[in-house]
Amino acid sequence: MTINQSGWKPAAPVQGPGDTGTVTGNRALMLEEPLIFELDGADTTGVDFVAAPKVASRLGGLERAERIGLPGLSEPETVRHYTRLSRQNYGIDLGLFPLGSCTMKHNPRLNEKMARLPGFADVHPLQPRETVQGALEVMNELAFWLIDLTGMHGVAMSPKAGAHGELCGLLCIRAALEARGDAREVVLVPESAHGTNPATAAFCGYRVENIPATDAGRVDLEALKARLGPDVAAVMITNPNTCGLFEPQMKEISDAVHAAGGFVYCDGANFNAIVGKVRPGDLGVDAMHINLHKTFSTPHGGGGPGSGPVVLSEALSPFGPLPYTARTADGVVHLVEEEQADEFAEEHFGGKLQSFGRMTAFHGQMGMFTRALTYILSHGADGLKQVAEDAVLNANYVLRSLEDVLDAPFAHSGPCMHEALFSDKGFADGFSTLDLAKALIDEGFHPMTMYFPLVVHGAMLVEPTETESKAALDQFIAALRSVAERARAGDEALKSAPVYAPRRRLDETLAARKPIVAFRTPAPDANKVSGLNEVGGQ
Amino acid sequence: MRYLPLTDADRRQMLERVGAGSIDELFRDVPEAARLGGPIEGLPMHAPEMAVERHLTALAAKNVPAGSVPFFLGCGAYKHHVPASVDHLIQRGEFLTAYTPYQPEIAQGTLQVLFEFQSQVARLTGCEVANASMYDGSTACWEAIGMARRITRRKKAVISSGLHPHYVAVCNTMARFTGDTLVTGTPELTAATDLEQLVGQIDGETSAVVVQYPDILGRIADLTPLAAAAHAKGALLIAVVTEPVALGLIKSPGEMGADIVVGEGQSIGVGLQFGGPYVGLFACREKHIRQMPGRIAGETVDAEGKRGFVLTLSTREQHIRREKATSNICTNSGLCALAFSIHLTLLGETGLRRLAELNHARAVQVAERLGALPGVRLVNDSLFNEFTVELPVEARPAVHRMVERNVLGGVSLGRLYPGSAALANGLVVAVTETVTDEDIDALEGALKEVVA
Repeated sequence: MTINQSGWKPAAPVQGPGDTGTVTGNRALMLEEPLIFELDGADTTGVDFVAAPKVASRLGGLERAERIGLPGLSEPETVRHYTRLSRQNYGIDLGLFPLGSCTMKHNPRLNEKMARLPGFADVHPLQPRETVQGALEVMNELAFWLIDLTGMHGVAMSPKAGAHGELCGLLCIRAALEARGDAREVVLVPESAHGTNPATAAFCGYRVENIPATDAGRVDLEALKARLGPDVAAVMITNPNTCGLFEPQMKEISDAVHAAGGFVYCDGANFNAIVGKVRPGDLGVDAMHINLHKTFSTPHGGGGPGSGPVVLSEALSPFGPLPYTARTADGVVHLVEEEQADEFAEEHFGGKLQSFGRMTAFHGQMGMFTRALTYILSHGADGLKQVAEDAVLNANYVLRSLEDVLDAPFAHSGPCMHEALFSDKGFADGFSTLDLAKALIDEGFHPMTMYFPLVVHGAMLVEPTETESKAALDQFIAALRSVAERARAGDEALKSAPVYAPRRRLDETLAARKPIVAFRTPAPDANKVSGLNEVGGQ
Repeated sequence: MRYLPLTDADRRQMLERVGAGSIDELFRDVPEAARLGGPIEGLPMHAPEMAVERHLTALAAKNVPAGSVPFFLGCGAYKHHVPASVDHLIQRGEFLTAYTPYQPEIAQGTLQVLFEFQSQVARLTGCEVANASMYDGSTACWEAIGMARRITRRKKAVISSGLHPHYVAVCNTMARFTGDTLVTGTPELTAATDLEQLVGQIDGETSAVVVQYPDILGRIADLTPLAAAAHAKGALLIAVVTEPVALGLIKSPGEMGADIVVGEGQSIGVGLQFGGPYVGLFACREKHIRQMPGRIAGETVDAEGKRGFVLTLSTREQHIRREKATSNICTNSGLCALAFSIHLTLLGETGLRRLAELNHARAVQVAERLGALPGVRLVNDSLFNEFTVELPVEARPAVHRMVERNVLGGVSLGRLYPGSAALANGLVVAVTETVTDEDIDALEGALKEVVA
């Protein structure tokens, strides 16, 4: 093991703003860390086992002959490796994380504690039902509150994340249309929609067409009405939309879509703005996924896991996926799977269920359900309403504190909801949203969502969420004001930001042109460090 | 409310800056008729931490945790011991509360972990490349079939009867809407798998053959002839691994010619969690990387020439390609991938092999003991840590009767294949390193009683 195999050369002359002048490449608390493959002691392990009893092997003659090439570390080395890596990450625990449309709010630790109770964490999905009543009750209780909060008729709990929820909603719609012998081919999606919307529609076989927007950043109702017809299966609307605005004509949109025989899918990514204030069910929505990892604060974990239950209207509920939970009058919570589905629906719902089937192996993201239920019960009806109000107030505070230095394309049309949208208009020539974002990193903030929605040039979408204090917002506003002024003035130093992050700007073009996506053991002659890379590579 | 930092004084000051007289003015775009007057009905008011904890703890107490009884369930989810440091490390706030690494300069921790994860998964499966995770094994399986369709431009997949029936169900759900044809079957309680029959079902229209390794009954078969047969017809071989610990001891599917290897990574680092969140593994040949779904971390350099990592090849993905993307997946299983990677780093080559040997040796012991019970027949010749026995009685009620004896004795095939009389007496038993001698005695005793 030698120091610094992480890519830069300590022997090189010390120069430039990023150089540390240390032989390790470290900068005090900022520690460079090699790959596990470069640390490997080949035969090291950090786990002790009792000896395996001697038996005659029954592996069908398929014993592995070659080494796999997996590195191993002792426990202290492992803890240090991952602790060091963690310190190269920004997280909501460190500071404001204003990613628009992502709802990066505080993750209460009670939720983590509850999800780790052995009664939830150490339960197998195929255990006999009499041994998992508490888990089924959690699912059913959460389902009840999700229905209550959205004013819908039913909920499908199994989708694994938002995009999986979109898929669930569209499959319900497709199944409902097929059940009435109505083959429709087109799904309408606004240009400002999340990429998952058109991708999902295409994933389940639909053709995607765009819906135009008005100058006020809303769906153009008249244009939508003109396009509706017998070929349109569904309209996917995000509300509040990705410009951070409520669609005031949502009910009219729904009515028009229903009159044309289609269904309304609502992308619920931005539900945080309206939870406890308005129910999508009252606006004519047929299906909406709820990102439990957004509104209900299950942690994002560096990109997942999510959880995307889908609330359904009365028209779509019978088509939802299996399995589902239902509580009967005797207080027992049932897990309804393929086997009993017809019988159960006959007995308890007075008709046959026409589920489109199963969309994941088991029942969904139980670990997320426990966290979300904990979150909902902690907040209660009054707390959730306050969540939406504070989220919207914080966003408007950011919007009105910065509209003099940052172009806010829809600010004229009134208040925003939970996120404030700015554009790069007014920046000096050659200065971009990217430059501003990277400069924010040096100020100690995670940047906002950049270049989304696509309908605004150089878009910057700021979602502070309700868990930021006024002091935190004021500091963020001061930082953003400063970098915005520098972008307007054409401060060349912005171009080299970030300077203080663990890495300077990374070459994404190089990464895509010559993809290196797995560690390759260097050839022996190129490997100057002895004792490393003894494991077999590919 | 403990999670909301704004005070009423803050709110008043902020409303003033915003130029609104009240909060309701900010919601003016919401039609009056739809606006809720007060707190939503039905839900109780906010509650202190202690009260919520009491409620959830009471619910948890109604379940029987796997660790509290002799436990032998598998079939796609396995109970393994997860070292304490894994859960400690994944709870570091910088991992737990980070978003998708869209700003690589301040997400090198996540990105390097994903690069390491991909490298581990690629090596374990015997493939050249892997992605940064999928939701779970079942959705990864469907994505692999879709990927094979794009590569071969064919729409018929031949699926082994040894594939987990819930995975088959997921594929059937999707195929109904995409127009793919799936050839499926039900397994038979024989020592031999259906791989020989599968060879005969591959034709010039076949996009892929999908086979689970070890299969749903725990059997292990050489995939080499199947790979050759698939390739001879221009089809791909997709291997599905639901118990990756097995790969510590048996040949990897990639080594035997599989083109795409998908799997459920739950066994390593993640825990049972009543079915989720889990972590889907997805690996393939390098030449197919541009058809792969999901996020991929790649190596690059920064402006000073230092090595760093970024999300790459994103022109495959929905946020760039929209309706032309290879998949609609966005959020994946990042934190579970981290847990998988940490656990596998702790194990290393040596530890994984020891773990696999221990699982196998235990399972062989139990298989032989159960197979010796009167009326009980061991179906498998080959097995890793899971096997099937045929009971003289229906297995489903037998499982419930074992629960009465405080033993979680396995998964009945009646639960997985309702309506199949031929499988009704089948019981799938998984044996991992967590099983003790006393657990085995208890299982043997309980099973003996319930089949008597």
